[in-house]
Amino acid sequence: MAGLELLSDQGYRLDGRKATELRKVQARMGVFAQADGSAYIEQGNTKALAVVYGPHEMRGSRSRTLHDRAVINCQYSMATFSTAERKRRPHGDKKSTEMSLHLKQTFEAAILTQLYPRSQIDIFVKILQADGGNYSVCVNAATLAVIDAGIPMRDYVCACTVGFVDETPLADLCYTEENGGVSSLALALLPRGGQIALLQMDARLHQDHLETMMEAAMIACKGVSKVLDEVVRQHLQEASALSRD
Amino acid sequence: MKDTPLSNCERDFLLKAIEEKKRLDGRQTYDYRNIKITFGTDYGCCFVDLGKTRVMAQVSCELVAPKETRPNEGILFFNIELSPMASPAFEPGRQSELSVKLNRQLERCFRNSKCIDTESLCVVSGEKVWQIRVDVHTLNHDGNLMDAASIAAITALCHFRRPDVSIQGEEITVVSAQHSTVCLIYCTSNLDPCEREERVMDGLLMIAMNKHREICSIQSSGGIMLLKEQVLRCSKIASVKVSEITELISKALENDKKARKAGERCGFAESMPQERITALKMDETPVEMKNVTEKAEDIVKKYEAPPQSVPSPLVPAPGVGQVGQGQQNSWGLEEEDGESEEEEEMVVEDQPKNKLDQGECCK
Repeated sequence: MAGLELLSDQGYRLDGRKATELRKVQARMGVFAQADGSAYIEQGNTKALAVVYGPHEMRGSRSRTLHDRAVINCQYSMATFSTAERKRRPHGDKKSTEMSLHLKQTFEAAILTQLYPRSQIDIFVKILQADGGNYSVCVNAATLAVIDAGIPMRDYVCACTVGFVDETPLADLCYTEENGGVSSLALALLPRGGQIALLQMDARLHQDHLETMMEAAMIACKGVSKVLDEVVRQHLQEASALSRD
Repeated sequence: MKDTPLSNCERDFLLKAIEEKKRLDGRQTYDYRNIKITFGTDYGCCFVDLGKTRVMAQVSCELVAPKETRPNEGILFFNIELSPMASPAFEPGRQSELSVKLNRQLERCFRNSKCIDTESLCVVSGEKVWQIRVDVHTLNHDGNLMDAASIAAITALCHFRRPDVSIQGEEITVVSAQHSTVCLIYCTSNLDPCEREERVMDGLLMIAMNKHREICSIQSSGGIMLLKEQVLRCSKIASVKVSEITELISKALENDKKARKAGERCGFAESMPQERITALKMDETPVEMKNVTEKAEDIVKKYEAPPQSVPSPLVPAPGVGQVGQGQQNSWGLEEEDGESEEEEEMVVEDQPKNKLDQGECCK
């Protein structure tokens, strides 16, 4: 879209944010009673729902049981009404399978799977409204759901999508920015140790800018982790207040 | 068919060797295997050999109606086939995780990097555009399919001639591939893993770059944790290697053009090396198996388990691995009773860790 200026001269983006500003994050944990852990997160206009079952006995193919740790099974899907045009195939297509694999890989690195040998942990994520940064919002939702389920993790897994326009990194891209031909980098980070669980980048970016992009992404992820931490503590307070009464 | 699982000894050996910066086939940590590019008889067909990994790419084109959202852009379609020919672990039909991963990575690498100008593929806006289809077939899997596939795809695209259709007649013009994008794969700290190393690795980092030092795609997979410094270091190495590989590709294209002009015969059959032994079959040597269980039980009872730590591995020649030095022959030769008992005792003394059960070894 040639006419849209992704970053104005005064430093404002299309939705009025500054370059390093994240979108508003609202989250709730313990949304469903049936699942072991669940969470709902809204990051700007992107809404995602995550549900965790487990750890439980291996279902399906018993041959995939690992003798020393748990198997993590992820499924990523988008609701048919989540995008501007109705999605014909919500799951099973290549993009969804790829996202599911990435989620699985991210959480295999973060969850302490050694504590649950021969069992399976299921993580299901559904995007209800897609407005950019799908993968990052999924990871954040899944983190909250896993914490809600009481499964121990090494650290919060926070993710953020960062773009690069006019030599400036833009944190937390929205849909128009993502499709505007901007190089986008999705990063999943464990904030305390600064370890990167997943790194994914599309579109051309000169090698020299890589460091700035990664720095900006890491700072944005640390911001997200603070918000998630707040949400968890608040949920804990509410839950303990209710149970005390 | 399920893959033969990797034994713990092999795994320990490979990991220890990598720690000490030795690789099974004698390469250095950042060395690539030998890349060989050959072309088929038709334009747009190319074979890439990366060590023993062999991959074939074929480009074809077709006139179709464009997508509604992009009426004046052509369509690029990539497809990687993992056929059971390449490895018994690949099953026909079912789309495995690896197949999805490779397909998506190839798509992201080429489509998002816009190395082909899709607008030039348009014939009549909104009605007819060229759909270019790149099919990559894996012929032999010896590790690092991703790299081989990306090199094959980009070389095939550069080699392809798209027929130009105009109202009057047909002309042949070259598809403009603006810059070559090449993928590079790192696993932990090694470049270009071979099949064994791939099984041992925890995860890999794939960086696709072109020769203008622009990164087209980065993807980390597997469950490893990376640090920012590692990623930056890998990208620096990538820029060096990419320029080498791009050189190689352009040279191969040049040679092929010259060969075709000179009227030489070219094609797959020509590129196969002649008079080379590719498979060897030997008769199994007969082994005496009488009383083996009793002898084995005897020996196991007498001696302790070997120490757990893996000694430092050696690579005396490419393809040969050696761990530790052999110890004294402790089986003893049954020549004479007295001598054999002496030998046993001597040998037992040599191994200080062994506890002698008083009743067992009597003179």
